[in-house]
Amino acid sequence: MLSLHDLARRFPGPPPRPLFAGVNLELASGEFVAIIGDSGVGKSTLLHCIAGLDRPDAGRVVFDGVDLMTLDDDGATILRRQKLGFVFQAFHILPWLDLAANVALPLGLLGHGAAESRREATAMLDAVGLRDRAASHPRELSGGELQRVAIARALVHSPKLLLADEPTGNLDPDNAVRVLDLLAAQVRQRGAACILVTHSRRAAAVADRVLRLTADGLVPAG
Amino acid sequence: MPLWLALLRGPLLQHPARFALSVLAIALGVALGLAVRVINASAVDEFAAASRALSGEADLVVRGAREGFDEALYPVLARTPGVQLASPVIEVDAPLADSREVLHVMGIDLFRALALQPGLVGEGTDRLDLLRPDTVFLSPMAAASLGLSVGGTLRVQAGVAVRELRVVGSAGGEAARGRWAIMDIAAAQTLFGREGLVSRVDLRLDPEVDVATVLAGLSLPPGVVAERPDAGAQTTARMTRAYRVNLEVLALVALFTGGLLVLTTQALAVAQRRAQIALLRVIGFTRRQVVLLLASEGLVVGVLGALAGTLIGLVAARLILGAFGGDLGAGFYDAASAPLRVDGGAIALFALLGVGAALAGSLAPAFEVARAAPAQALKSGDDQRAFSALRPAWPGLLAIGLGVAMTRLPPVGGLPVFGYLAIVALLGGTLALLPRIARLVAMRLPVTATDAASLAVARLRAYPTQAALSVAAVVAAVSLVTAMAIMVASFRHSLDEWLGAMLPADLYLRAATDGDAAFLSPELQQAIRATPGLERVEFLRWQQVLTDPALPRTTVLARDGVAGDAALRLPLVSGPVAGPTDLPQAWLSEPASTLLNLVPGDRLTLPLDGREHVFHVAGIWRDYARQNGAVLVDRDVYRRLTGDATANDAGLWMAPGVGAGEIIETIRRLPGVDRMVFATPLDIRALSLSIFDRTFAVTYALEAAAVVIGLLGLSSAIGGQVISRRREFGMLRHLGVTRRQIATMLAAEGLTATAAGLLVGYGLGFAIGLVLIHVVNRQSFHWGMELQMPWSTLAIFGIAMLASAAITSVVSGRRALATDAVRAVREDW
Repeated sequence: MLSLHDLARRFPGPPPRPLFAGVNLELASGEFVAIIGDSGVGKSTLLHCIAGLDRPDAGRVVFDGVDLMTLDDDGATILRRQKLGFVFQAFHILPWLDLAANVALPLGLLGHGAAESRREATAMLDAVGLRDRAASHPRELSGGELQRVAIARALVHSPKLLLADEPTGNLDPDNAVRVLDLLAAQVRQRGAACILVTHSRRAAAVADRVLRLTADGLVPAG
Repeated sequence: MPLWLALLRGPLLQHPARFALSVLAIALGVALGLAVRVINASAVDEFAAASRALSGEADLVVRGAREGFDEALYPVLARTPGVQLASPVIEVDAPLADSREVLHVMGIDLFRALALQPGLVGEGTDRLDLLRPDTVFLSPMAAASLGLSVGGTLRVQAGVAVRELRVVGSAGGEAARGRWAIMDIAAAQTLFGREGLVSRVDLRLDPEVDVATVLAGLSLPPGVVAERPDAGAQTTARMTRAYRVNLEVLALVALFTGGLLVLTTQALAVAQRRAQIALLRVIGFTRRQVVLLLASEGLVVGVLGALAGTLIGLVAARLILGAFGGDLGAGFYDAASAPLRVDGGAIALFALLGVGAALAGSLAPAFEVARAAPAQALKSGDDQRAFSALRPAWPGLLAIGLGVAMTRLPPVGGLPVFGYLAIVALLGGTLALLPRIARLVAMRLPVTATDAASLAVARLRAYPTQAALSVAAVVAAVSLVTAMAIMVASFRHSLDEWLGAMLPADLYLRAATDGDAAFLSPELQQAIRATPGLERVEFLRWQQVLTDPALPRTTVLARDGVAGDAALRLPLVSGPVAGPTDLPQAWLSEPASTLLNLVPGDRLTLPLDGREHVFHVAGIWRDYARQNGAVLVDRDVYRRLTGDATANDAGLWMAPGVGAGEIIETIRRLPGVDRMVFATPLDIRALSLSIFDRTFAVTYALEAAAVVIGLLGLSSAIGGQVISRRREFGMLRHLGVTRRQIATMLAAEGLTATAAGLLVGYGLGFAIGLVLIHVVNRQSFHWGMELQMPWSTLAIFGIAMLASAAITSVVSGRRALATDAVRAVREDW
C-alpha cells in the first residue's frame, strides 16, 4: 500500500545538513509500524514526505498506487484529505469549535453534509469514549482526552493510513498507555495501516514492526 | 544584555512589521496634530504681531465701520482730557490693477505719525514725498511680492478707474511684517473717495491717566468704539478660532485612531503571548513587573512615534505654510506672510499626547494579563479570557446615551465643546459594543458545512471580541471619513443650492473682485441702467459696520427691490414675519441671527452714518459668504438713512436675444471705466465651489491620514492573528486543506469582519455626521445645511476598504504559509 524507494532528505541550510538517505519501506494494508530514532534524525520529516507535505531530495513515495512525486501541492492535499489521518504530539484541537465539529472537520472537507458529519463525528467520539462530550469545548478537557479527540478526528473518515507523530509526547505514562492502546485498537478495528513515530520503546511496542531511522535508512530495531 | 532589556526587545523585534506599524500610526497622529497647531499658531502670531506694529505706540485705538467714520471726531478726540496725542489713519484695501490681489493702503498724517507710529513713516530720498498726492511707500514684503522698487509705479483701482502711484521709498524697516503701503492721509481720502472719513484714530494718553477712565469718558457716535490696540487682533483670532479648533480636533482624531491601533495591536499581541507572560509570573515576576514590562513596550512605541511625528510634523508645517499659507487655504489671513514659528510648548504637548496614546493603548491589556491566574493562563485557549472584560454592554450603551444627551447642550465660549465630547462618546460607546455587534453579525451568517467560509464564520462566532479588536481602527477611520464626507457633501450641496437662489440675474458686474476701494458712482449706475439690451438692473451696496465691539464687523447689504420681493428671492430659513409699517425691514443671515441673538419679530439697531437706526427683523436667510453675519436691507431705505448712493455690485437681466458679450462691451466703454469685473452665475458658481474644495482640501488630507492609520490597524491586526495561527494552518494542511482554501478562509474572515466594521462605521459615521452638521457646524459657524448623502463616495470607499482587507488577509496568510507552516504543528507556542 505504501512504498518508499531510496528516500533522501537534507535539512535546508545554510549549510544544508543531511538528515537521512536510502530510506526504503514496504507497508501493507492494515500493518502497524513504529519508527524510532534519535532526536533530529528526521522522523517527522519522513512522515511529512510520506504525506506529501515535504518533498524528498531523492527517491520516490508511492502510496496506494500513486507516485506522490507526480502530484502538485493541490493533488497531494486532496490525497491526504481522502486517505490519510494525522495525530500530533500537540493535540491541535481548534479551541473555537466544539469536539464534534473538530472531529467532523475531515468529513466536511470531503463534502459530507453538516448533519451527517456531526452524526458520524459523535459516533467516533463514542468509539474513543467521549460520547457525552460532543458539545464540549477543548478547554474543558484534559490532555489525554484531547488526544483521544485527535485520534477520533484522524480516523473519522476511515483513512487508509494513519500517521502519528509522537502522540504520547505530551501525556503522563498512564494516559500515554491508554491513548496508545486506543490508537492501536481503533486502527486495527478500521483496517487502517499506521506509522507511529516515537522516542519511546514502550510506545513502539504496540506496533507489528519496529524500525529505527538512521542517517543511512530504516533498519529493524534491535 | 540585562534581562529586562532582553524581555522588552524580544517581542518588539520578533514582529518588526507590527512594531513599525504601531510607531507609524502614532507618528502620523503626532505629526498631524503638531503641524496643524504650529501652522495655526504661526498665522495668529503673525497677524497679532503685524497688528501691533501697525498701531505703533498707541494706548487706544478708535475704530468704526470699514468705510470709516466722520473725521470731525478726530479733533474732538485730540482735545479729550487725558489724550496726549491723536493720529488719524485711513485704511483701504485697494484692488491692484494688474492682478486679482488687493494691497492694504494706509493714509497717515506725517507729523502725528512721526510721534505715534514711527514704524509707519516711510524712508526715501525726500521726506516731503510723504506729503505729495501721488506717492507711496511700500513695506519690504509688499515691495518684494509686487516686484517694485523705488521709482516704480504702483497701479491701484479707485472706484472703477485705475490710478498710478509712484513708489518713493520703503516703510516699516526690514523687519516689518505684512504687505502694506503708506501714503498721505489727504491724498488717500481723495484718491479712494473717502473725503471726510477716517478709518481709525490712534491715541496716546498722558502717562499719569488711567486708560479705563479715559475710555469711560469718551463720547463716541454709534458704531464707533475705542479699545486697546490688540483687541482687533483678538477679535480676528476669535473669528478664526472655531475654524482652527475644528482642524485641531480633526487632527487629534488621527492621534486617537493611532492610540486605538496601539491598543488593538497590543491587546491581540498580549493575548497571543498570554502563556509566555504566565510563565514569567510562574518563575517569579510580580504583577507590577508584568505591567511595567508591557507598558514599557507601549512607551517605546510612543517615544519613537513621538520623535518621528515631531520631525514629520515640523517639516510638513513648513511645506504647508509655504504652499497654502497660515489658514491652510481658507482665506482668513494674508497667505504669503506667515513664517514658521516653532513652539516648544506645542512640540512637548503633542509628543506627550503621542506617548500617552501609546501608553494608554498598552496599559489596558497589561493590567488584564497581570491580573490573570498564571496556572490558568498557561493553558492553551485561555487567550480568549483576555477579552472577557470587553463583553458587558452597559458601558457602551451608557456612553452612547451620554453622547446623545450632550448634543443638546449649548456651546462653551463659542466653541462646540459638548459637540466634540458627544462625538468622542458615540465613538467610544460604539467601539465598546463592537464585540456584541460582531457576534450578532456572525450569528446571522449561515454555516452550512465545513467549508473554508464556514470555518471563518465559526471562528468569528467564537471570537467576536478578537474580530472586534481587529476592526476597531477601521470602524474609527470609516466613521470619521463617513461623517466628514456627509458633512462636506451636505455643505457643498447646500452651498450649490444657495448659489442658485442668490444668483437669479443673467450677468453680474462688480467694481472689483476684492477690497473696499472700488465702487460704482451714481452717475455710472445711471449710465449702466441706460445700457441698451438690459431689461432690469439691481444694484447692491455693501459696507461693514460695528454692531458690537466684541464681535467682528457685520456686513450691511443694501439691495434694490428688497422691500418688494425679499421673501420670495431669499433662501429663507425663518420668516417672513410682518412688523410695524413705520419701521424699515431687515433680513438677517443665519450667522448674524446667532451672533446678534435676534429672531424674526425682534428689533435690530444698526449704526449707519454715525447714527443708530432701528429695523424690524423680518426673517432669517441662509448665507455662506459672510461668516461674521450679514444684514440685508432695501437700498432705497439705506440711501435715505445714509445719503450714500454708491454701489459695489449689480445684477443685470438681459433682454431676449441679447448676448452677455455685447452688454460687457458696452459697459466697459462707458466714460471713466478702466476696470470692472463681470461674471455669469455659472462662473461665480464654479469659482465658489472651487474655493470651497480648496478650503476643504486640508480636511481631505486629515481624513486620508485617518484612513491610512485605520488600514494600518487592520493590516497589523490581521497580520498578527495570522502569524499566531500558524499552528492552526499547519494542522489544517495536514488534514487536507489546500493553500487556496486557507487563503479563501482568511479572505472570508477579513471580508466578514471588515464588512461588519464598515457597516458599523457607516452607521456611526452617519450619527457623527449629524452631530457635525447640526451641532459642531452650527455652533462654530452659525449656519445650517441640508443633509446630503454622498452615496457613490461611500460605496467606492467601502469597496476599497473591503478589497484592502481581503488582500491584506490573503497576503498575510500567504506569508504565514510560506514560512514552514507544516512544521508549526510542533511548536509549543
